[in-house]
Amino acid sequence: MSGAGTPPISREDVAHVAKLARLDLSPEELDLFTSQLASVLDHAADIAALDLSGTPPTAHPLPVRNVLRPDEPRPCLDREEVLAAAPDVEDHRFRVPRIGGQEP
Amino acid sequence: MTETALAPPETGAWETVIGLEVHAELQTATKLFCSCRNAFGDEPNTNVCPVCLGLPGSLPVLNREAVTFAMRIGTALHCEIRPSIFHRKNYFYPDMPKDYQISQYDEPINVGGWLELPDGERVGIVRAHLEEDTGKTSHLGEGGRIHAADESLVDYNRAGVPLVEIVSEPDLRSAAAARAYVTELRGLLIATGVSDGRMEEGSLRVDANVSVRPVGSSAFGTRCEVKNLNSLRSLGRAVEHEAARQVALLEAGGAVTQETRHWDEEAGRTVPLRSKEEAFDYRYFPEPDLVLLEPDEAWQREVAASIGPLPAARRARLAELLGGEATESQLEQIRSVVEQGLDHFVTEASPPAPAALALARAGNELAAEPEAATSLDPAAFAGLVALEAGGELSATQSKKVLARLLADGGGDPLAVAAELGFEALGDDALAAAVAEVVVANPDEWAEYCSGDEKLQKQKGGWLAGQVMRATKGQADGKAVDEELRRLRAAQG
Amino acid sequence: MSPTPGPAGATAEAVRTGGRSARSVVEEALAAIAAADGPLHAFLDVHADAAAADAAAVDAAVEQGRDPGPLAGVPVALKDNLCTRGRPTTCSSRILEGWRPPYDATVVTRLREAGAVVVGKTNMDEFAMGSSTENSSTGPTRNPRDPSRVPGGSSGGSAAAVAAGVVPLALGSDTGGSIRQPAAFCGVVGMKPTYGVVSRYGLVAFASSLDQIGPFATTVGDAALLLEVIAGHDPCDSTSLDRPAPDVTAALDDGVEGLRVGLCQELLDEGDAEVVGRVRAAAEALAGAGAKVDEVSLPELRLGLPAYYLLAPAEASSNLARYDGVRYGLRVDAPDAEAMNTATRTAGFGAEVKRRIMLGTYALSAGYYDAYYGKAQRVRTLVIEAFGRAYESFDVLLGATTPSTAFPIGAKVDDPWSMYLSDLFTVPSNLSGHPAMNVPFGADGEGLPIGVQLLAPALGERVLFAAASALESLAPAPGGAS
Ligand SMILES: [Mg+2]
Ligand SMILES: [Zn+2]
Repeated sequence: MSGAGTPPISREDVAHVAKLARLDLSPEELDLFTSQLASVLDHAADIAALDLSGTPPTAHPLPVRNVLRPDEPRPCLDREEVLAAAPDVEDHRFRVPRIGGQEP
Repeated sequence: MTETALAPPETGAWETVIGLEVHAELQTATKLFCSCRNAFGDEPNTNVCPVCLGLPGSLPVLNREAVTFAMRIGTALHCEIRPSIFHRKNYFYPDMPKDYQISQYDEPINVGGWLELPDGERVGIVRAHLEEDTGKTSHLGEGGRIHAADESLVDYNRAGVPLVEIVSEPDLRSAAAARAYVTELRGLLIATGVSDGRMEEGSLRVDANVSVRPVGSSAFGTRCEVKNLNSLRSLGRAVEHEAARQVALLEAGGAVTQETRHWDEEAGRTVPLRSKEEAFDYRYFPEPDLVLLEPDEAWQREVAASIGPLPAARRARLAELLGGEATESQLEQIRSVVEQGLDHFVTEASPPAPAALALARAGNELAAEPEAATSLDPAAFAGLVALEAGGELSATQSKKVLARLLADGGGDPLAVAAELGFEALGDDALAAAVAEVVVANPDEWAEYCSGDEKLQKQKGGWLAGQVMRATKGQADGKAVDEELRRLRAAQG
Repeated sequence: MSPTPGPAGATAEAVRTGGRSARSVVEEALAAIAAADGPLHAFLDVHADAAAADAAAVDAAVEQGRDPGPLAGVPVALKDNLCTRGRPTTCSSRILEGWRPPYDATVVTRLREAGAVVVGKTNMDEFAMGSSTENSSTGPTRNPRDPSRVPGGSSGGSAAAVAAGVVPLALGSDTGGSIRQPAAFCGVVGMKPTYGVVSRYGLVAFASSLDQIGPFATTVGDAALLLEVIAGHDPCDSTSLDRPAPDVTAALDDGVEGLRVGLCQELLDEGDAEVVGRVRAAAEALAGAGAKVDEVSLPELRLGLPAYYLLAPAEASSNLARYDGVRYGLRVDAPDAEAMNTATRTAGFGAEVKRRIMLGTYALSAGYYDAYYGKAQRVRTLVIEAFGRAYESFDVLLGATTPSTAFPIGAKVDDPWSMYLSDLFTVPSNLSGHPAMNVPFGADGEGLPIGVQLLAPALGERVLFAAASALESLAPAPGGAS
């Protein structure tokens, strides 16, 4: 990644990203992913190195604007059908184990 | 901002600097990106669909009315309405069905602006942007507190409800100013019809960025964000406590750490939630499922034209109608009790009496029962005051009808009056009743007609009381007074 | 309509006129699936009972004189990332095992309204991430032309089902070539419409700004028939274009007389010699039919692949966050919510999906956004501008669909980048949002199909189908050597 001035991805970066993405990687997977991601990012270096300051970014292939819907209620899903798909339910709500982390 | 260690000011005086982030739920019929009902208090998980449950394959479609409401807020806050886009704010949390929130980031719909407080001070508005609300999590286990809970239950009825997040400049300098700002903003949100302003139901949620600095300093101190402020009272207490905590830290030679803190209402203190280092990496990027939002001139004009009088304008109008200054406490009473009812008097350019009457009823009877008053249908209240103002109900009758309306949470004032047997006394019956009292009490009548102002007032009140008694309160006090004057004039 | 309808068109016509019952058509398809799918593994779920019932409803409509629709009685297979109400929709992922959507994708509703009969869901690379259909929790699909080889991917099951002749039509999704590449490997027609022409509502998202649903068929005419049914505005998809479905069947006979065809250098370079040879043969054939063929170079297209492998994973990392074990699908228990999320995702996703989630998360994370995601978005602009220049001089572009013919199962699983290179010629159209199509055009020395790719500007579906139809009529007979 020298061309872009971005350092190559490290094992620590990969571990950090895995935590962000809520994935648990074994030490072997961590090694494998580090080298595989580095190889993909190496190809990305071609574009990371380009000076494209004069080129605007494209988020959307076609220019469309103001797609809106009227504020009119429509029928919702059947609650029993919704809850039937859930791994764990109590009192018509989705049950999850203790939220140990921090509130956003 | 990084950590700053401020030297204690020589004077020992500190200034508190506050910026507020207010999240207001919009009272649209449906959610922001789907056609589920936007309603508070329904059975859990009944207002859900593939979109607001984040089911695989579902896609958001923007609610036009929510955009209109956001533009009303922006217009009322003197913001520039700009072409905007939505971003995804990525973080995991069980109450967020997609594990990202669709929000506006660096290109929000409303940018820049200000809100004028009753004391004339202007608070800068950075932005007011659209975003979706999360579901609601109840924590089971000890005391319903998140960290002690064994498990949590999630209801997604609120997921996807439209919010506007209004971010102020750090222009506020005291807890009182912060409260005044939220009070004024709340009035504005209610007056523009976009929110019910109910803090206790979570319709309005406030986060405060608090820092302190030596008086006279122009640099900002390190700020802390305080969350969980569910009422004006907790806002005021939390700001005061947090400022005091920071001053104590600094005076002890310590430094404030930039972090997010949680207001513990019971303990009356803020506790750390997470530090800057632990801050989320939200990985914002443009939401590919939505397109550019660019309200045209016509839409913006339509929105501007639809906005009724704002709190400041009402204050001025009320003052005019009352022939003097309306005090802030009078106004706050009315505002918190009968927002829409008051509109009726103020906007329809009625004679001063109804406004004065509305003030009187709101300030006395309603204020005495604040709990019941908040659920009173404003239209019912407006109707009642109109009846009293028009002489169809006496003051006594009006109060009785109002008591019944409060007990029932609303109703048709005319019907209630009829039910209570308050048929207004016809003109002839009233004249007859007055004449009877005059004839039966010649001494008092003579004193009333004597020309002595004090006597006149005293005896006039007594005679009117006799009429009221005779008519079992059915006569209108004002009409009796007028009839007495008419008789005296005719006689003299 | 083409004078000689394809098998789907012929079947619909026979059913509509009462010449054949939809039931017999569907029974035949179900029997063919039962006979062929054991070794092939194109299907994940066969909707035998529902298909029979749907066919009976079509027959009833015909008997009662009601219009049964343009695809009356035609069996259709669906890639398993299209939501089907009450029927498993897994995206070939453990994490969605057993999930039954409470709603139908818009394309599924439109198929039913057109009288088509959904016979089942097809295998795919997990969440459409892959180019070989080897990344499936249920094992790979085999190429009907050579069972030791991959069918391509990610829509490999749909391509294989059509190539094996068990269904005349199938739907796939194309994010970076996932319809066109397997179509080329299996020797069938596969088409990616202009972004926004087909509703994505009910398509389980991989990369939202790139995903499009499109048809597989054995002929260009059948593909046109299917596209007309699934295309058109849908208020449930904000990115759906507010215009009617393109009238492509009417364009099939337009011919190529005077058509300006650009043979694109960047869609040939790095292709195997035999592949390049077939594309040049196609160019000559078109010229022989009256087209004006010229070479064109669009160097920016070379930047497409690295840009794509930043943008698509970035969007995917966000789209796949919702698989957290709370509301549906797999849950692996753990003492707290964060650990439960992590355990569930770790057990539920396969290696390639994890790799792309990691890549995308990294590309969006603080400090790297501008260098990676931001840059890739600007490259996207360059690609669009390059195509724009080309379409000032040409009506359509021509190139290879894939650099090689179908490769052996297992050949590329250990080297992600070599697998990603399969998409080299297809990703530019996803970045630009333009339509493109694979048309079979002969085979290599081993008899493996070779496809050529036609590309057209935004909403150029009509000219694309006209050129494809002409090219199809010029192609060597299937099985015949080049
Ligand atoms: Mg917010
Ligand atoms: Zn919904």
